[in-house]
Amino acid sequence: LICLQEAAKYEKKVMVLDFVTPTPLGNSWGLGGTCVNVGCIPKKLMHQAALLGQALQDSRKFGWQFTEEVEHNWMTMTESVQNYIGSLNWGYRVALREKKVTYENAYGEFVTPHTVKATNKKGVEKLYTAERFLIATGERPRYLGIPGDKEYCISSDDLFSLPYCPGKTLVVGASYVALECAGFLAGLGLDVTVMVRSILLRGFDQDMANKIGEYMEEHGIHFIREFVPIKVEQIEEGTPGRLKVIAKSTKENEIIEGEYNTVLLAIGRDACTRKIGLEKVGVKINEKTGKIPVNDEEQTNVPYIYAVGDILQDKLELTPVAIQAGRLLVQRLYAGATSKCDYVNVPTTVFTPLEYGACGYSEEAAVEKFGEENIEVYHSNFWPLEWTVPSRDNNKCYAKIICNIQDNERVIGFHVLGPNAGEVTQGFAAAIKCGLTKEQLDSTIGIHPVCAEV
Amino acid sequence: GKNEYDLLVIGGGSGGLACAKEAAQFGRKVAILDYVEPSPQGTKWGLGGTCVNVGCIPKKLMHQAALLGSALKDAQHYGWNIAQPVHHTWSVMAQAVQNYVKSLNWGHRVQLQDKKVKYFNMKGSFSDPHTIRGLTKAGKETIVTAENIVIATGGRPKYPTHIAGALEYGITSDDLFWLKESPGKTLVWDVSLECAGFLTGVGLDTTVMMRSIPLRGFDQNKQFFSPTQQQMASLVTEHMESYGTKFLKRCFPIKVEKLESNRLRVTWKNTDLGTEEADSFNTVMWAVGRAPDTETLNLEAVGVKTNSETGKIIVDASEATSVPHIYAVGDITEGRPELTPTAIAAGKLLARRLFGHSSEMMDYDNVPTTVFTPLEYGCVGLSEEAAVQCYGSDNIEVYHAYYKPLEFTVAERDATQCYMKMVCLRESEQRILGLHFIGPNAGEVIQGFALGIKCGATYPQLMKTIGIHPTCAEEITKLHITKRSGLDATVTGC
Repeated sequence: LICLQEAAKYEKKVMVLDFVTPTPLGNSWGLGGTCVNVGCIPKKLMHQAALLGQALQDSRKFGWQFTEEVEHNWMTMTESVQNYIGSLNWGYRVALREKKVTYENAYGEFVTPHTVKATNKKGVEKLYTAERFLIATGERPRYLGIPGDKEYCISSDDLFSLPYCPGKTLVVGASYVALECAGFLAGLGLDVTVMVRSILLRGFDQDMANKIGEYMEEHGIHFIREFVPIKVEQIEEGTPGRLKVIAKSTKENEIIEGEYNTVLLAIGRDACTRKIGLEKVGVKINEKTGKIPVNDEEQTNVPYIYAVGDILQDKLELTPVAIQAGRLLVQRLYAGATSKCDYVNVPTTVFTPLEYGACGYSEEAAVEKFGEENIEVYHSNFWPLEWTVPSRDNNKCYAKIICNIQDNERVIGFHVLGPNAGEVTQGFAAAIKCGLTKEQLDSTIGIHPVCAEV
Repeated sequence: GKNEYDLLVIGGGSGGLACAKEAAQFGRKVAILDYVEPSPQGTKWGLGGTCVNVGCIPKKLMHQAALLGSALKDAQHYGWNIAQPVHHTWSVMAQAVQNYVKSLNWGHRVQLQDKKVKYFNMKGSFSDPHTIRGLTKAGKETIVTAENIVIATGGRPKYPTHIAGALEYGITSDDLFWLKESPGKTLVWDVSLECAGFLTGVGLDTTVMMRSIPLRGFDQNKQFFSPTQQQMASLVTEHMESYGTKFLKRCFPIKVEKLESNRLRVTWKNTDLGTEEADSFNTVMWAVGRAPDTETLNLEAVGVKTNSETGKIIVDASEATSVPHIYAVGDITEGRPELTPTAIAAGKLLARRLFGHSSEMMDYDNVPTTVFTPLEYGCVGLSEEAAVQCYGSDNIEVYHAYYKPLEFTVAERDATQCYMKMVCLRESEQRILGLHFIGPNAGEVIQGFALGIKCGATYPQLMKTIGIHPTCAEEITKLHITKRSGLDATVTGC
């Protein structure tokens, strides 16, 4: 979307095709993509709902008084969230119209060079030609490929608009999607179990990942480790119904069974590149992952076809990265700019019950790249002031920075586990971009009393 | 040996404790004196200074209590069913806060012991440049001598003694945080936005009376909250007005009388209308600035020079006073920010220079800070007005944006005053001179950017930094509308 609005600024004739293939359970949504509809936005709002549940408990210690029994109403929350998303969908439609970008709610696929066929919901086909094309079709959740998965399980595509409370939930997976969803569901008072095949948060600093898992476990989320589901059966229909999950150990021959109201699959996402006619125009994709390799100017192997976002090979699956890449691409194409997207030191945050913000190298990656003797890790636990009065965990929040001794003790990795991790991390990311060293960090005065000063 | 101690610190607050503990690390013989003169209302407290006892710590905790009140309202929108009415009990909050503060007092005592710093609960005054006379509460005297002496006695709230009844009936921040019972309907004069903010937030009828403009009272430190911070100050007060705090602008109190009901009757002059008005309150709190605590130190006896206007101790870049071997850190020093982190840093560096062969001086530039009003304001570097004054308006560019925190959407909260601006030099590099942010968690947002500014961050570098989504802080990396352009600075979209 960013590309389109930017290109239209330069008086180019621009068109966008957006189409949402319904989920196996029939769910669909409006303009805006994953982030707006089934990602960042609803996720953060539901995370906020869970945090507010905690705030309610804290507030009693700060003198607030109200009834002992406080319950959460899933429908009230979901309606509010969906209404807000609806306003964003609408906002995008209006913005595209104002910027004179032609929008069609149709499924696009290449048919011949420079030509795309657009099929709308009713099956009506139209052909469009263009000088240049941008593929930004993103991804969709992966299914397990076991009996009962598509019939009875939901994914994040369904969760944020689920028209009934999910109840006792099994989350399958250990990705940030799995942990974030498990986190807020538990925060809303639901009985949550997470089934993990091997490690948590693959690709993230494992020291931090384990602390996140520990915290979640200590706060009531059950973890079943080293098991994978092999079958899902329906015991009883309903909203929610009752499901039986049979799982097998990854190590021995053990089989276990469990009963849940909802099974949420969060085992990964697949790029939407297999059915859009890429072979017809010669765009190469990675056959195994479905992702599209591009050069540092987001160009595919076909010169007039570009790609941005989650479908790119070896790039981070993050909204701000997609936006930045898209905007700079258009500025290079139509405004004579030369800036390329800087994919180094991109900060990110996992919105688990104890939030995790990071920028730069994980400890393992730093050790591998520079050698253990060449890096110094400075770390500290901290106790947010706001947690003192309500007697919340006094040794769980944690921060560490990784420095490259050979390069003036330059800060090459930043990790923080604590409240408002995203807000804390953002500024540090900017500082790291400016080449922050340990000495400069030490000479910067802290703001008191906040978590970030640690 | 001539002197008993290598270092004697007078004042056990943020600066003093940091200095003493650091010096002890070098194996030096260190002693510290701490004494709290009770407030006119009789309030007193333990070791730790203003920050711990009657400043940052209880302030932030009560601010948190107020924020939680808003969270309770938000929670209903997010699906939490809370039966009305919800009310706040001051004494529960006060006791919890006071207990925590006491644990910190205790913690400091233990730390001093661990680090083998001798602690005297005595009020110190100079007999000669190396001799301090300490007096306990009971009047017992002890003489202590030291090679080096650091004065870190901080400040105490001023009283507007020209107002009849001010001393007898009014309280200050020294008392507010230690009140066991609710202050009830409260009048604050002059501007004390943080206190008025959390009093409003916990449900109390709160009025701020101001002589002129908001945040003017902090203008001792020209860099912070000077009268030139008008734009940010008015956004913050606008928010407080919609939040429920009452403002009596361009008024000043004339007298305070006690009524039979034990309430206080305040009469004031409205300078706009030229009339006199009155109302009754349960509590009147004075917030007319702080005065350095130097009266009883007997500085004249040793010739330590103070600023004739402010009364603060004059120090050079190495925190040295006009008398050799006598130093000063913290709120007591002239021309320095009145902030805990700067006092701590200055104290530590001083100890390292005295005993650790270091030559590193304290850098007072680009110190970030945050005002913990209901809608928080964090900043680092120059205000827009200071930058204009320094470089000329043609040579600076101000990028700004009005944004809406995601969490406000479902909660249906007004984000009119959520605002940020970045002041940059206009020439090629576009170095960032100042960053200002109004919104939730302002302190957390600004801290990292303060680091960036310490590294000489430029506007292009900030634009190359990818944002974290969804947060408020990411909007800083997306600032692109300039004030000069006159375009609408409201952020739209995801």
